[in-house]
Amino acid sequence: MSEAALQADASIYQQLVVERARRPLHAGTVEPADGAADGTNPLCGDTVHVTLRRDPGGRAVAVRHRTRGCAICAAAADLMAETVQGATRNEAEAVFGRFQRLLQDGETALDAETRRQLGLLNAFGELHGYRSRRKCAILPWSALLAAFKSGEDA
Amino acid sequence: MNALSSTTPDLSHLRADFPILSETIRGKPFVFLDSAASAQKPAVVIDAMTHTMRHQYANVHRGLHWMSERTSDAYEGVRDKVAALLNAASREEIVFTGSSTGAINLVAYSYGALLRPDQAVLISEMEHHANIVPWQMLRDRRGIELRVAPVDERGELDLGAMEALLADGRVGLVSITHMSNVLGTVTPAARIAELAHAAGALLLLDGSQAAVHRPVDVKAIGADFYVFTGHKLYGPTGIGVLWARHALLEAMPPFMGGGDMIGSVSFERSTWAEVPHKFEAGTPPIVEVIGLGAAIDYVQAIGMGTIQAHEAGLTEHALARLGAVEGLRVIGEARTRGGVISFTVDGAHAHDIATLLDRNGIAVRAGTHCAEPLMRRFGITSTARASFGIYTTTQEIDVLADTLDRIRSFLV
Ligand SMILES: Cc1ncc(COP(=O)(O)O)c(C=O)c1O
Repeated sequence: MSEAALQADASIYQQLVVERARRPLHAGTVEPADGAADGTNPLCGDTVHVTLRRDPGGRAVAVRHRTRGCAICAAAADLMAETVQGATRNEAEAVFGRFQRLLQDGETALDAETRRQLGLLNAFGELHGYRSRRKCAILPWSALLAAFKSGEDA
Repeated sequence: MNALSSTTPDLSHLRADFPILSETIRGKPFVFLDSAASAQKPAVVIDAMTHTMRHQYANVHRGLHWMSERTSDAYEGVRDKVAALLNAASREEIVFTGSSTGAINLVAYSYGALLRPDQAVLISEMEHHANIVPWQMLRDRRGIELRVAPVDERGELDLGAMEALLADGRVGLVSITHMSNVLGTVTPAARIAELAHAAGALLLLDGSQAAVHRPVDVKAIGADFYVFTGHKLYGPTGIGVLWARHALLEAMPPFMGGGDMIGSVSFERSTWAEVPHKFEAGTPPIVEVIGLGAAIDYVQAIGMGTIQAHEAGLTEHALARLGAVEGLRVIGEARTRGGVISFTVDGAHAHDIATLLDRNGIAVRAGTHCAEPLMRRFGITSTARASFGIYTTTQEIDVLADTLDRIRSFLV
């Protein structure tokens, strides 16, 4: 079997996912940050550390992640950081809601507008067929929402 | 390709005994390399269980009728089979439990009640959580100390350190795996028994893996307790075994109270049934015990020595093939080992490897393998693990190695 055949068989590892896992564009920490949180998956030991800084209007002007995890988790963290640049906490929660629907039901169950709004996150469209791996893509989001919250409580 | 040496027995004819092995996964042959988590079942085990439920079933030890007597005979007959498998001194030394976990908890609760608070239990760094947590719970209940013997870089038990941990004579029980479910390491059981006894301690061996892969002789080892679990030995789930020396079972208080474990009951007091029934409260897993009996007959007919030789050949082949995969690191290089191989691949997470192998019909386990402290010892968070059974072939190992090669070039 060729590598192409392997790839076709592994639809959750779209090129964008593999690329971002190998070479993330939003890795690191924001300094100084006004929100930070960790997400940990006790089943596999994967961790995501998210830091962010907001403008006076509550928009995340900088979001970075430090991830130790599988390719799905690492790429999800990186594409999340990219997607929520400039978003408020409420907006980020709305994006996460759409993302969860994508993971639950798959691309075909979503209307065209939702898919357009998902943008880069559509790369995870095949994950709904892999129940055991969905939590890998969700972990960065729980860290992000906790980071938003930590900043507000401070 | 046949890389097996001429001394390795060919067991490929046994595959036909396992109905599930003819399943396909997404159109590909099912390559099952996860027997250490739970083994597949031969038709004789499935048939023994369904035959029981269809033709010969009633509660045991309670009825005076024909069906109950026949079922009791079948149930009690398995005690003899287990005693023979382990070379126990008598059938009364065999206690049926729900699993290895159930058996270790029984000892922790019951034998644990006989330990004094100033005594200690010694385990090792390569234990399954099932042989860690019950002792932590005993520590928290009774105030005993929990000591941990280290494992060296190879994945072998550090016997020198173990001797030092035994030196003050305060260890009442040593509880160690007979074969690691992560590293494949087979521990020097007879030597550990000597060390434990010289320091006044008893020895429990967790045989969950070892009893599946090699002959076990509890008398020759000199152990005091031995546990294993039916579902890894090609038998059903829900049945485990505790073997203990008769005098110990006599001295130990019951673990659970209920029917079948009593001599007589009044509201003032109850007396206990004879060993081993004292430890089998309530209706036991009758069908599962009978299934275990069929599994033991099956492996005994093949011969545990033959099974051991087959797996030794497979393991040697696998270490050579996997060792040639770029970036692959095998965790654990014990000199005596069984057919369980954990590995990491540079730049590829164990879960990604497992998912991509699964897409190719290959089942391996990935994660911490219920041994988090051992993962920390080797500075890793998780591994992928391939483990072998009597039905595993060199071809399957070749498919694994070839697929890993491709996965690596895809992910890294
Ligand atoms: C070494 C070892 N000990 C204990 C266990 C626990 O077995 P069970 O879950 O059947 O009680 C296992 C299996 O997972 C094991 O591999």
